[in-house]
Amino acid sequence: MNGAKQSIPAVHRDVVVIGGGPAGLAAAIAAKEAGCGDVLLIERDRILGGILNQCIHDGFGLHTFKEALSGPEYAARFIDRFRELGIAAMEETIVLSLSSDRVLEVSTRGTFQRIEAGAVILAMGCRERTRGAISIPGHRPSGVYTAGAAQNFMNLENIMVGKKVCILGSGDIGLIMARRMTLEGAKVEAVFEILPYSSGLPRNIQQCLNDYGIPLHLNTTVTDIVGKGRLEGIRVAQVGEDRSPIPETERYIPCDTLLLSVGLIPENELTRDAGVEMDPVTGGAVVDDSFMTSVPGIFACGNVLHVHDLVDWVSVEAAEAGKYAACFVREGSCALPSPIGVKPGSGVRYTLPQSVSGERDVTLSLRVSAPWRDRCVVVKDEGREIARKREMRLHPAEMIRIDLKKETVSGCSSLEVTVE
Amino acid sequence: MVGCAIARELSKFRVRTAVVEKEMDVGLGTSCRNSGVLHAGFNYAPGTLRAILDVKGNQMMDDLCRDLKVKIKRIGKLTVALDDEDEATLRRLKEQGEANGVPGLELIGRERMQQIQPGVEGTLALHSPTSSIISPYGLTIGLAENALANGVNFHLGQRVTSLSPLAGGGWSVGTGSGETFTAKVLVNAAGLFSAEVCRMAGITDYVIYPCRGEYYVLDRRLDGTLKALIYPAPKKNAPGLGIHLTPTVDGNILIGPSAEYLNDPEDHGCTSDVMKELRREGRELLPEIRMTDYIRNFAGIRPKQTPPEVGGNKDFVIEDRKDVLGFINLVGIESPGLTSAPAIAGMVREMVEKHIPLLPDPSFNPVRPGSPLFFSELPAEEKAALIADNPNYGEIICRCEKITKQEILDAISNPLGARTLVSIKYRARASMGRCQGGFCVPRITRILRDEFGWKPQDFLKRSAGSPLFVGNVRPEKGGAVR
Repeated sequence: MNGAKQSIPAVHRDVVVIGGGPAGLAAAIAAKEAGCGDVLLIERDRILGGILNQCIHDGFGLHTFKEALSGPEYAARFIDRFRELGIAAMEETIVLSLSSDRVLEVSTRGTFQRIEAGAVILAMGCRERTRGAISIPGHRPSGVYTAGAAQNFMNLENIMVGKKVCILGSGDIGLIMARRMTLEGAKVEAVFEILPYSSGLPRNIQQCLNDYGIPLHLNTTVTDIVGKGRLEGIRVAQVGEDRSPIPETERYIPCDTLLLSVGLIPENELTRDAGVEMDPVTGGAVVDDSFMTSVPGIFACGNVLHVHDLVDWVSVEAAEAGKYAACFVREGSCALPSPIGVKPGSGVRYTLPQSVSGERDVTLSLRVSAPWRDRCVVVKDEGREIARKREMRLHPAEMIRIDLKKETVSGCSSLEVTVE
Repeated sequence: MVGCAIARELSKFRVRTAVVEKEMDVGLGTSCRNSGVLHAGFNYAPGTLRAILDVKGNQMMDDLCRDLKVKIKRIGKLTVALDDEDEATLRRLKEQGEANGVPGLELIGRERMQQIQPGVEGTLALHSPTSSIISPYGLTIGLAENALANGVNFHLGQRVTSLSPLAGGGWSVGTGSGETFTAKVLVNAAGLFSAEVCRMAGITDYVIYPCRGEYYVLDRRLDGTLKALIYPAPKKNAPGLGIHLTPTVDGNILIGPSAEYLNDPEDHGCTSDVMKELRREGRELLPEIRMTDYIRNFAGIRPKQTPPEVGGNKDFVIEDRKDVLGFINLVGIESPGLTSAPAIAGMVREMVEKHIPLLPDPSFNPVRPGSPLFFSELPAEEKAALIADNPNYGEIICRCEKITKQEILDAISNPLGARTLVSIKYRARASMGRCQGGFCVPRITRILRDEFGWKPQDFLKRSAGSPLFVGNVRPEKGGAVR
């Protein structure tokens, strides 16, 4: 630590939550409810709620509240509770840096602060993969947006981004935007997906595309973007098994807008600053069964840890992280030795947490690597089956959760999760 | 770049100067679409304008960047030999460079190479300490703003469509919008369009062969990986210096440029075959590159005078036409045009002086206000002081590059009056990061709407034909939604 930094005195806070979206709200509430009196939540936007604020469609909270809420309504339930508990929040505040000894540099209108945190909960969410990240050839005109940015413009800024729309990628935000733009008078030509299956939830395919007669072309990608000023059209082509475009299938579609819904990337710049060990598959931190990262006292939850399909699971996971962060502050450490590694096996893309203690109940979150029908997700300890969950439908777009009792995991040495 | 350098040079004198530019901002052509490298000057044959002006221009850059608040890093370059033939090339280049007056050239062996850039391959390298990196748009904008502050008029968004000689000397310059400018002396610094401008003046000697170079921009995660510029030893008749990795002054790495001749001087598109090749070469040069490090592609176009079947380069044309009076002509200013720009400006000034007496203007101020550093690059205590003084510094608008609201406001209020999204990007660096504007563009939009009263139709990406939006979703009822 250099002298300049030392010259700005640090304020101590017990638990600091970074991010006021669904993960941060649930984590802060849980930390407070677990008895931590001094919880501070830092949010970069003007209001709490995170990305939920622009998700004006319904379908949130089916598991938690048994109701189909809109995004802002779902957020409001947590914000109300957050206020009721009197938890401190700094809005319009950004964390510029985080060190491994849990010192944050924080910038807000009018002040620059250093905060020394007893525990930190990372809940920064994720960002959208861009055109540059997937290397789409062609010109760089206006009219090419990520689906979430277009959603922000439409739902928060009252701005219409285009009239004749193509969508690349069948991620959920793209599907939601296909319906949203149609409802506001745009013509959505089609959704193109490079994979042989959709990457969005089946209910969104039905409710956002099929119900509006918008075609979904699988095994198809954008091969060229045409237009020097505004977008004039795109070329699309079917892809072979190696996902390379087949030139003779290429065709031109005139359009003024291309929305990209090609994946989400956990936003882990601060996490890396703090020297936290990362999982290259999830793009998030490696955590134990208390959601603590490799750096003591730094916890992670929600989409910054791994991209979720449903906000309900974000809230559940974040509440666990909040509880353990409060425990860490109270007892100096809540970490139990976590000697039992958990690894993805055949058919499984990742599992989380990456290690468990065997001293507490744990929920494994995982995603499969391809769609299957009527298979079992099996958990084994060095070849010995300890749990099995039969699913009529397994899909990479859907997260799977398997609850394991303490007694089941206790005494295990190394877990592997496979699809059989 | 060259036009702005000339304008700024002429602004030191009592002469009325105007810059006429077809784009809505300065530097949007080849000037900002390149590697951002200052060349030492050993690659050019002794006695050529390229050799003379590059070495001179390079020497002028420290003072210029200090005055104009432009980022420059003198990181030096290793030109690397992989075999005997390359080694012979390096020896020849060193001699050539010394003949050109390039300071500090040294042939170094593996050990020194490793000290400069751990892990670099090769048997021998030519080390050139004056090779540097610079912000090419920063320099172009800096030159233009300083020229403006010293009295030069800028006419942006005006495409020159006709040139007519005036009776009694001088020129009438017609633009697409119907405006006319008159001038005693005309300087053709139209880059890719220089041959077209020549033809308007009746000069048919030149042809420009547009040669596109594509690039990848890599995430700042790899910042610091490259300690110096690393180039392969040049091959004979190659149209450029070959695909290589270039660190930028802002901490990105560029892969490129490719070289592909085309007919359209404005086709800045990227193509899948070249992109694939760049990815392959990039990974070969730097195995640490991951898929998630690719954040953007761009392309720039070299105004070459040599057709594809000839290859290589011709020397710059910088001439005061004897047959067409008052027409100072710059053609084929490709690499090292960036490095040479200030020296070219000096040469052009001498030519102008033959037509118009140039008296120094005592009110000329070479210094542009401000700092070359972004807020995010300042030490914590300076940040704290700035925020305490001006709350807009406490509000981060671009999360990837940590660009503050004040920096966005400064960019929007730029003295040239350039108001496109690209103009804000080149000045404030907002949206140049890994999320490519997904986060900050809606926020910048809100600032422009709230503080400047913009309507959705007012937002342009780069040119008049690049509207960002088509209108409101619903009629505005007055008052912000939130």
